[in-house]
Amino acid sequence: MKTVSPFLELEDAPRVEVSFDGRTLSLPTGANLAASMLAAGIDVFRNTPVSGAPRAPFCMMGACFECLVDIDGITRQACMVEVTEGMLITPPHSAEVRHEPS
Amino acid sequence: MSRRDLVIIGAGPAGMAAAAQAADLGLSVTVLDEQPHAGGQIYRDVDRIAPIRGGILGPDFTHGTTLTAAMRHDAIVHLTGAVVWAIEDQFRISYTRGGRGAQIEADRILLATGALERPMPLPGWTLPGVMTAGAGQILLKQSGILARNAVLVGSGPLLYLIAAQMVRAGTPPVAMVETQSRGDVMRAAPHMGGALRGWRYLAKGLKMLAEITRARVPRYTDATGIAIEGDGKAEAVRFTSKGRSHRIACDTVFLHHGVVPNTQAARSLEVSHRWDAAQHCFVPLADEWGQTDKDGLFIAGDGAGIGGAKAAECAGKLAALEVAHQAGRLPLAERDRFAAAPRAKLESELAARPFLDAAYPPCAEALLPDDKTLICRCEEVTAGDIRGYAKLGCIGPNQTKAFGRAGMGPCQGRYCGLSVTVLLADATGQTADETGYYRIRPPIKPVTLGELAAMDDNTLDAAE
Ligand SMILES: Cc1cc2nc3c(=O)[nH]c(=O)nc-3n(C[C@H](O)[C@H](O)[C@H](O)COP(=O)(O)OP(=O)(O)OC[C@H]3O[C@@H](n4cnc5c(N)ncnc54)[C@H](O)[C@@H]3O)c2cc1C
Ligand code: FES
Repeated sequence: MKTVSPFLELEDAPRVEVSFDGRTLSLPTGANLAASMLAAGIDVFRNTPVSGAPRAPFCMMGACFECLVDIDGITRQACMVEVTEGMLITPPHSAEVRHEPS
Repeated sequence: MSRRDLVIIGAGPAGMAAAAQAADLGLSVTVLDEQPHAGGQIYRDVDRIAPIRGGILGPDFTHGTTLTAAMRHDAIVHLTGAVVWAIEDQFRISYTRGGRGAQIEADRILLATGALERPMPLPGWTLPGVMTAGAGQILLKQSGILARNAVLVGSGPLLYLIAAQMVRAGTPPVAMVETQSRGDVMRAAPHMGGALRGWRYLAKGLKMLAEITRARVPRYTDATGIAIEGDGKAEAVRFTSKGRSHRIACDTVFLHHGVVPNTQAARSLEVSHRWDAAQHCFVPLADEWGQTDKDGLFIAGDGAGIGGAKAAECAGKLAALEVAHQAGRLPLAERDRFAAAPRAKLESELAARPFLDAAYPPCAEALLPDDKTLICRCEEVTAGDIRGYAKLGCIGPNQTKAFGRAGMGPCQGRYCGLSVTVLLADATGQTADETGYYRIRPPIKPVTLGELAAMDDNTLDAAE
């Protein structure tokens, strides 16, 4: 069944395939990754390391870190990344960046 | 490592206007911004977007192309996609660009890092599907993506702007749940004098409200007891308005009750801050040119106190004039002559602020949420936890770190810092100034070992 996204895309653009958590997504090349994942119907990007609660993009401007995903093994903010062909995306498995007390 | 007369962090209206002004006066300027294109928040990606969606976003958006045009100047290097994570001793700036660490030196620095949405902790605000209204606007602006079933919650002119843009794009919000009351507008009335000077803004506000009303978007004012409900994602907003309770089903919730200065970089440089009671936030201390209490370190735009895009543009120019003067490129009399016009414009831009601040105060229940509401999204610390720390003798945000992990997640307190200050001040009876804010240490943005390893060797030597 095709996921119906709560988001509507105004324009169409040439698409490329990326993989998220084992699923193949067809996203507009060069588009904002977090935005196009949302439009593709991905509603949970990760689960918190503390309680496992589901999370998805909140600020879209690089400040909240809710959109963290691993892209080809490196933890990045999906809202600060552009879509390129063949990206291998997973929820962040690595220990997330934490700021220790100083 | 290259050394520039001026390095500017942020390519929004403040940074762009400052760069153009400084370059015109003969300074070498580098602008660093983590976004892939110039524009900042309001004029995000304006060169590409204005021709496609200028109609939806309006002339206040397309105005940004005048600033990006002025940035194309031989003396300005604009490094796009450059994430600044440390600024040190007079001044060495470390940033990541394209997966590699790099550094640049500057005689003077202008922080033009803009604003963040004011944290709006309400029950359910961490559910997927709940975003800031600014995020909703970024989806529309940058990607042409619209929420089909969104409820807008909160207060302030930006909430109306976004609603109006959604109407123009053909997907009006399902409802607006507004937290301001008639009483707020009455309390704002004494500030009307200033607002009349800023009448242009008010006229614009009324025009947006008319657009929203014409699209028959239901508006609920004076909303209290707001909670977002859903199992694993947002499904409805529950609230009480004028004595009646409501539950509105939706897929998306956009929250907004004002923006606050993004003080992360200034804090990391130990610039002094003070609490601004009218805007309910901390602002860095700076003089009329944006010079902070650290030599050669300037701040302009919304990062110095919320004034809006046009004010940011004027403040950027003023800072550039003083930088040029300090660098020996602009005699005092010239500086003051050049400053007269932007200073007058800045004052008239700021005239409407006291009215707006009073008419659209932050949502009270999001300033002091109930005990169960999460405050720190990253480490899942609740308002009750913070109050508990206060009972155990915790008097300031830095001490909360001894009790729990509030503010120690990846966002470094960007979306909990002000809540923690306000909760502690409320619990201890101290002022916000006495309570203070988190100490911010670099890196102010995460940097990976791979990015450090890929740093140019000669850059690293120089850093040692
Ligand atoms: C999401 C959002 C949307 C907004 N939309 C509108 C609007 O439509 N209309 C309106 O009137 N006002 C809007 N505002 C208010 C807006 O902040 C100001 O009007 C205006 O953009 C302020 O300009 P500025 O130059 O001070 O900062 P900004 O325009 O915010 O620019 C700051 C820049 O600094 C960059 N930056 C920050 N930290 C770093 C770092 N560590 N490294 C590298 N770069 C960094 C950011 O990427 C950004 O481009 C919005 C605010 C937000 C938060
Ligand atoms: S959505 Fe906030 S950092 Fe990406």
